[in-house]
Amino acid sequence: MTIEINGESHELPRDPRVTLLDFVREHLKMTGAKKGCDHGQCGACTMLVNGQRINSCLTLAVMHDGDSVTTIEGIGSPAAMAPLQEAFVKHDGYQCGYCTPGQICSATAMLQEIAAGWPSDATADPTDTPKLTREEVQERMSGNLCRCGAYANIVDAIMEVAEGEAA
Amino acid sequence: MKSLTMDKPDERNRLDAMKQGVIGKPLDRPDGPIKVSGVAPYAAEYDIANAAYGVFVTAPIARGKVAKIHEDSVTGMDGVIAVVADERFTTRAAQGTAGEAPEQGPGEVDYWGQPIALVVAESYEAARDAAQRLKVDFHADDLADIPFDPDAVEPEKDEGQRQGDLAHAMAEAVHSVDRTYTTHGHASAAMEPHASIAEWQDGKLTVHASLQMLNFNIAELADALDLEEDDVRLVSRFVGGGFGSKLGVSQDVVAAAIAAKQVGRPVKVAMTRQHVFQAIMRRSESTQRLRLAADAEGRLTGFGHEALVSNLPGEDFAEPVTQSSKFLYGGENRLLRIDVARIHRMCAGSVRAPGEAVGMTALEAAMDELAEQVGIDPVELRLRNIPDKHPTKDIPYSSRKLAECLKEGAAAFGWQGEDRKPRQRREGEWWIGTGVASGSRVHNVEEAKARVTLRPGGTALVETDMTDIGTGTYAILGQIAGEMLGLDPKDVEVGLGDTDFPRGPGSGGSWGAPSSGSAVFLACEALREEIASLLKGEEGNLTMKDGTAVVGNTSRTIDELLGGKELQRTGHFQPGKTEKEFAAASYGAFFAEVAVNDWTGETRVRRLTGAFGIGRVLNEKTARSQCLGGMTWAIGAALTEQLLFDPRDGHLVNCDLAEYHVPVHRDVPECEVLLVEERDPAASPIQAKGVGELSMCGAAGAIANAVYNACGVRAYSFPMTPAVLLEGLVEQAKA
Repeated sequence: MTIEINGESHELPRDPRVTLLDFVREHLKMTGAKKGCDHGQCGACTMLVNGQRINSCLTLAVMHDGDSVTTIEGIGSPAAMAPLQEAFVKHDGYQCGYCTPGQICSATAMLQEIAAGWPSDATADPTDTPKLTREEVQERMSGNLCRCGAYANIVDAIMEVAEGEAA
Repeated sequence: MKSLTMDKPDERNRLDAMKQGVIGKPLDRPDGPIKVSGVAPYAAEYDIANAAYGVFVTAPIARGKVAKIHEDSVTGMDGVIAVVADERFTTRAAQGTAGEAPEQGPGEVDYWGQPIALVVAESYEAARDAAQRLKVDFHADDLADIPFDPDAVEPEKDEGQRQGDLAHAMAEAVHSVDRTYTTHGHASAAMEPHASIAEWQDGKLTVHASLQMLNFNIAELADALDLEEDDVRLVSRFVGGGFGSKLGVSQDVVAAAIAAKQVGRPVKVAMTRQHVFQAIMRRSESTQRLRLAADAEGRLTGFGHEALVSNLPGEDFAEPVTQSSKFLYGGENRLLRIDVARIHRMCAGSVRAPGEAVGMTALEAAMDELAEQVGIDPVELRLRNIPDKHPTKDIPYSSRKLAECLKEGAAAFGWQGEDRKPRQRREGEWWIGTGVASGSRVHNVEEAKARVTLRPGGTALVETDMTDIGTGTYAILGQIAGEMLGLDPKDVEVGLGDTDFPRGPGSGGSWGAPSSGSAVFLACEALREEIASLLKGEEGNLTMKDGTAVVGNTSRTIDELLGGKELQRTGHFQPGKTEKEFAAASYGAFFAEVAVNDWTGETRVRRLTGAFGIGRVLNEKTARSQCLGGMTWAIGAALTEQLLFDPRDGHLVNCDLAEYHVPVHRDVPECEVLLVEERDPAASPIQAKGVGELSMCGAAGAIANAVYNACGVRAYSFPMTPAVLLEGLVEQAKA
């Protein structure tokens, strides 16, 4: 059984108890995805699995045979940051940095969800195409906690990138 | 070593006279790119060969003794290496600045959830499995004999601070407020759970841990293990949030160190979220009685602030609820006191802005009632009560921008203070209202050292064990050195979070920046003196800018002056007489607009403006972020955050992030932050004060006052959940 992570193929672990998060952090030593709660309550472990964001602490590695996973390390590096990463730096969209990889992975998929027309609680009419508003972004990012309280700056960063892409 | 003891205000404003022009600028954090890319290493993320995993076993009893640990119930399990239950295990985290081991001896249980043993295994999964299966016998004390309710025990009475006759002042007052408020306990809930990797090499211990105050923590750890500090090294280069929870050495650090010794290989202990909630530190709940006596114009003649808080027996820490009440407002007849109930909930300690975070909430809510009685703008009431003289001590205030914060904040917010009648604005189901509060937080500095090295090529290295817990230390220390030495901060490398570096007080009490920043400043002054002498001139005539040093007509690059060698100086800052000779604090003002749902009692914060006087701003971007963070915390404290304990056995019921409600993205509106221009020469040689805590001190009061203005319901219990407001909303609707 194999899994592709950031374009590289890896053998899945034999121990069925290993979560996708622990597999990546402890076995592969890629520690960009964070463990904040291990119960799907904080979003710090967010990864993209086949393009969709998930809490990687809530899923077992062995359930992902053949899947393609992107972690923060696959989004960009310090020398080659993705636009969202650059915007987080510019807008100070973090403080301690622990929730940050999850925020950025989550935002990456979240913008695609809006573009794909998925409604949210903030969408006035769920049958309408959702608009790119602060409130939509805030609602859709509410699964990613930031205890430092960088929310306002995080939304600024996401809006700048989203509006730049929309323009 | 260049030393300075702060015995008098530093009026020189040297940083303003420098030419690089980087101090205070909103520069991006140098650690930003590695944080957003996920490669900044936090405590549990160091790849240390052959590390085993440790998972805590905790006590499911509130008080009693561990009778027997049946190691054989798990030692045969696949992957299990050992069950470690050592009498030196610490049972609580140390209090901030303790500098000695906290309570030890896990055989004696004092609270539900206390760590009693560590299971060590080859994998995390095996350790977790075995920890859940470990059979332990307890001698549990009878629940009927254990006090859990702070209101049901006779508290330790505080003599208090008394002046004049408050009761008489209340009786004689034209206007008076006498209200009792309750606040629930809070958790720090830093995003990174406490974690340690301990390894021994040649009798020396290194622990990568998540700690705020390494200089104190190394002493605490050494004391717990009976080691010399020279045989211990702590590393905390990146800390995933602290907020007080990582002030003192935590249980994982000591347990990992002992286990690593016992099993003869490195051991990693990453506490679970539940263990952090249950076993680290809580902010005590509080009951606060506020008495305000005033004359016809609203000038205070009496001021009473009495609190009941709680902690475990034997703990010195008591939530310092009245801290800013000592100096914020006048009133010659005074009574301030803090009683402590000894109960067996988990240990109480520092959570962001201990004292003011809840004390200012109640005080500012009471001030709003006083303004209503007097019939004046609550901003004006506060302006009238800014005392000329310290209410109890014959000392002056240092720079104090409270009035400026109130006025500038009001203007930015668009404050309408004349007609404060509640229930005037309605949008659909929602009542809309506004509120104001003052902000105040005591200023502290502590002894700090830092080393600065000028290097060939014209770069610099700053080294101190100070931590960056998200506060922006990497940024501001680079900017201070850059300004003083005439370097682009990009050319200043900052090394933090390692006890091998010169020591400082760490992150806590908002003193990190003014203390360690001053040590960096002093080291740079010493380097400037050396550079000036190399140029055969006086330091006062030296200009350093863009890597070049100039005295008179002589101009040389730093690279030329160094001649291929490094130049290194250490700065040593110590608090001095100014601490006692001035009342120093940072001040602010908060303005909130809220919507309260008439049917559900749900409150949404729609706008929040904060204006702050924090002395010199060292980096406008990171200072603003600190303020945003505090204001976000205030939204949680005002509306959602509460630790709930089972009254039967004292266990914390809501011990995770699904049940303990920190604010989420959608709870936080666009917030406005104003940083009022200020230099406070009595605060530090860099004229800077603290910022991280101030920004939540009073803000929840502004939200409470906005709730009243919106819907006409005064809340006396925090957080203001729908349950707190609903009864009042029903009464208002009937009236």
